[in-house]
Amino acid sequence: MRTAVALALIVLGSVVFHLLSPWWWTPIASNWAYIDDTILITFWITGVVFAAVVLFMAYCVFRFRHREGSRAAYQPESTRLEWWLSIGTGIGVAAMLAPGLVVWHQFVTVPDDAVTVEVVGQQWQWSYRLPGADGRLGASHVAYVSPDNPLGIDPKDPHGQDDVIVQGEPLHLELGKPVKILLRSLDVVHDFYVPEFRAKMDMIPGTVTYYWFTPTRVGTFEVLCAELCGTGHSHMRGSVVVELESEHRTWLLQQKSFAQLRAPVRADAGN
Amino acid sequence: MTDDTSNVIQSLSVAEVADVELYHPKSWITKYVFSQDAKIIAIQYSITALSIGLVALVMSWLMRLQLGFPGLLSFIDADSYYQFMTMHGMIMVIYLLTALFLGGFGNYLIPLMLGARDMVFPYVNMLSYWVYLLAVLVLVASFFVPGGPTGAGWTLYPPQAILATTPGKQWGIIVMLVSLMLFIVGFTMGGLNYVVTVLQGRTRGMTLLRMPLTVWGIFTATVLALLAFPALFVGSVMMLLDRVIGTSFFMPAIVSMGEQLPYGGGSPILFQHLFWFFGHPEVYIVALPAFGIISDLISTHARKNIFGYRMMVWALVAIGALSFLVWAHHMYVSGMHPAFGYFFATTTLIIAIPTAIKVYNWVLTLWRGDIHLTVPMLYALAFIVTFVNGGLTGLFLGNVVVDVPLSDTMFVVAHFHMVMGIAPIFAIFGGIYHWYPKVTGRLLSDTLGKLHFWVTFLGAYAIFFPLHYVGLMGVPRRYYEMGEMAFVPPSTATLNAFITVVALIVGAAQLVFVFNLVRSLRRGRPAGGNPWGATTLEWQTPQTPPGHGNWGKTLPVAYRWAYDYSVPGAAQDFLPQNQPPVPRTA
Amino acid sequence: MVVTVIFIALIAILAGWWLSRQGLTAKPWLEVGVSGDARGAEPSVRPTGIGLGAFLVVAGSLFSLLVSAYSMRKGMADWQSLPMPTVLWFSTGLLIMSSVSLQTAVIAARRGEHDAIRFGLFAAGAASFGFLAGQLLAWRELAASGRFTAADPSIAFFYLLTALHGLHVLGGLVALCRTTIKAVVLSAACTPRALGALARSVKLCAVYWHFLLLVWLVLFSFLMRWTDDLVAFCRGLLT
Repeated sequence: MRTAVALALIVLGSVVFHLLSPWWWTPIASNWAYIDDTILITFWITGVVFAAVVLFMAYCVFRFRHREGSRAAYQPESTRLEWWLSIGTGIGVAAMLAPGLVVWHQFVTVPDDAVTVEVVGQQWQWSYRLPGADGRLGASHVAYVSPDNPLGIDPKDPHGQDDVIVQGEPLHLELGKPVKILLRSLDVVHDFYVPEFRAKMDMIPGTVTYYWFTPTRVGTFEVLCAELCGTGHSHMRGSVVVELESEHRTWLLQQKSFAQLRAPVRADAGN
Repeated sequence: MTDDTSNVIQSLSVAEVADVELYHPKSWITKYVFSQDAKIIAIQYSITALSIGLVALVMSWLMRLQLGFPGLLSFIDADSYYQFMTMHGMIMVIYLLTALFLGGFGNYLIPLMLGARDMVFPYVNMLSYWVYLLAVLVLVASFFVPGGPTGAGWTLYPPQAILATTPGKQWGIIVMLVSLMLFIVGFTMGGLNYVVTVLQGRTRGMTLLRMPLTVWGIFTATVLALLAFPALFVGSVMMLLDRVIGTSFFMPAIVSMGEQLPYGGGSPILFQHLFWFFGHPEVYIVALPAFGIISDLISTHARKNIFGYRMMVWALVAIGALSFLVWAHHMYVSGMHPAFGYFFATTTLIIAIPTAIKVYNWVLTLWRGDIHLTVPMLYALAFIVTFVNGGLTGLFLGNVVVDVPLSDTMFVVAHFHMVMGIAPIFAIFGGIYHWYPKVTGRLLSDTLGKLHFWVTFLGAYAIFFPLHYVGLMGVPRRYYEMGEMAFVPPSTATLNAFITVVALIVGAAQLVFVFNLVRSLRRGRPAGGNPWGATTLEWQTPQTPPGHGNWGKTLPVAYRWAYDYSVPGAAQDFLPQNQPPVPRTA
Repeated sequence: MVVTVIFIALIAILAGWWLSRQGLTAKPWLEVGVSGDARGAEPSVRPTGIGLGAFLVVAGSLFSLLVSAYSMRKGMADWQSLPMPTVLWFSTGLLIMSSVSLQTAVIAARRGEHDAIRFGLFAAGAASFGFLAGQLLAWRELAASGRFTAADPSIAFFYLLTALHGLHVLGGLVALCRTTIKAVVLSAACTPRALGALARSVKLCAVYWHFLLLVWLVLFSFLMRWTDDLVAFCRGLLT
């Protein structure tokens, strides 16, 4: 009896917790509402299954608990029932998988008009690089990294000279403009994660990974590192500002390009 | 209703004593220390695993204290937090769960359930334990080396794992890798034994379909482990070489803290593939024995045959086979080729179907049963609750695009603790309460057992259920301190404090369990040979605890399957496997 | 990981074939009693044979993973294949010889020809030691070539693959030595039972050596880059 009640209370408690919980996902700020929808579908299907299984158990424990002289039924199997249950499960699984794969297809298909922004992770800070007037990022390699070239941009590549470099400051993105985030790491595996954007991807040293999204809400959002990257992992924070096009243009004009950043160094060397 | 005597095969001869060359201990040392008896080895494995597990439990308290009450304990800095985290995970997954299920339960139950006298290679079996103990000691040694144990996380992802910015860089990581390699060598010795014993050591009449599901679970898990552990071995060897002699298997060109390191061209993803090729089957290495044990507990204590036994066997085998095709679902956000996402999401969700069948069959076994709410049964029920919960959240994480926002958050932590932490531990507890009487001849205290159960079950659920919601908000895992996060409401701190308090209470309840284990050794109620009225062979031994060679002079013969409970027409509500059929009266 | 997945698939097929013959579709609750066939007859393979088979699967998994890692690492931009030392051809020949001589020892054991058994075992042992010496020479040749740096991945892989394979040969040599001692001690007038035990040991050694040879040939073909086209083809399939 006690056990049956406890099992039922677990279901009830879980549902109540779910309904009353002040802890829920952050309001979305990107185009990935579909991901949220897929999560909700999954929540409903799995929630119903959980409640059904545990309540069924509670009922069994209550109804068929041992009493003096009672004896269990004898039924080795029921192939029919098992098949029906399998098919039902299969349908449920398909109902979760199909939308998931469709959204995944969107997630990995970058639109042609997406602007490119590079995020560079290193212990334990974020830096950003935006293409200059030529619209292209210059080549880069860890071997070029030096105090006056912290992101390792190839100094000989003409495309790299006008690249805008943002270090130690928030990244600014334009509202409503799809952005392809290129992810590069100088040392260990990091993960550029903004909870409001829903998307995330590891940055693996030695390769460039990517994902894309469209910012849909103006505001300042927190950047976290989501892949253990050493002692300072939890302090690897930053922020992203999503703003209107005009503001974004003003901001961009204030930033320094790779060539500008290196100019004083060259001037020193010349003296 | 079936007439059970209809298919009786009338060739009943006494079992021949196919006397294996049984090893006979001569002294106390060879009997209890360097013993080749699988039962002693099982106890050695279990005690070692539970002891090192307690160490990992204490580390989880320390981590929880830091998360619930940041800064309360001044000695927990970021370095030590990550060290606790790494060791907690590694110990729990490998040195506790794997060792206890396969080395502990496997060694004790396989020979007894199959009617064998011992494992087929007792000497190798003994070596297996001692190599395992050595691995544990090496692991423990890492607490005492300069720089302390590694803090790379139990996944040991390079390059971070061997860089100076990770705690334990000097010695911790080397010791960890060596310990893992030793563990794998030791496990392989044991694993070969379990497999060959199941294949060759069965007594007369013990066909594969008469084996209890516990043996099926342990057998399948062992096969998985034998195939999967080499991946961890290869990864460990290569990382060790990267760390010690500067090869570049996993190390790309790196600038760490402004300094160019002499590595170049290696692939961190290669390690992730190797690790998860081991790591995902590892989940099933832990889960399949638990499935088996739970099946037997439910059947025995509900006095009803396990529902759909054949389907249960097929599902076990199917899950085992599929588990080698899903590893990259741990790497959805690793930047691997997007096409893999479709493939691995599909395989991962397909594996849900045989798993669901198992769950249905467990609860259907309860239907119209005669449920005795003993402590093992309570744990079996709790297993189903936590396993279903954790399994269902697995459908979130296995579905590639849903995994994108949830990966590396507390949701993942909650998920895998529920499904491969709490649930298998419940199977272990259930198994220990169930078989302790056979091992010691005495029952564990029921009152203490129920106290232990209710605190552990409700507490564990209260710890990990809310944690999903913390993850859903976006709080990443492996954070030494959350600090200020704009998107996290302040009430989360209260929730974290609550979880910590519950975790401490649940931890304390484990001391009740340990006390019960020790106290019942002498003060427990004598159990008799078969206290639960179970059918399987281990309860039919001539002595309890079983003597050397298990079966006295003659080996038992298996005349029926392992689940003849409440057979219509039978006098008792169970028929032991070695009970001969009644000859048909003409 | 393609190589590994293929390996696992082969094992799965093997396991599936075996399981399909175990009557897993029977309804065990309907069958009571013991039929004659269930573990009544003497098993055709002894536990040690099954044990060795299981170990070979484990070792096979290990080497397939190594080969997988090798071909993945090889796909990286900085990979430079290095010319293989010619002495490898020599050691390959020796390993083939040892495998062949063990096979002759197996045949001799079946016929009960003591001298031939001993000869086969000694020849196999000598050839195996020669193989290991050849591998050591190859190591030294590479080290002396002046291109040796730990950071070069192809060199590192060469050492890793040959070392792990060599360790397996060394382990096998322990068993081979024990078998050889058994063969030497055994008098010509021994009981059939003792001869049978020896024959089984010889058989196990031979199986293990064939496995070592197979693994080596696979590794060798990867090291010699004969499989490059195959690897490129597989990669093409994946992307």
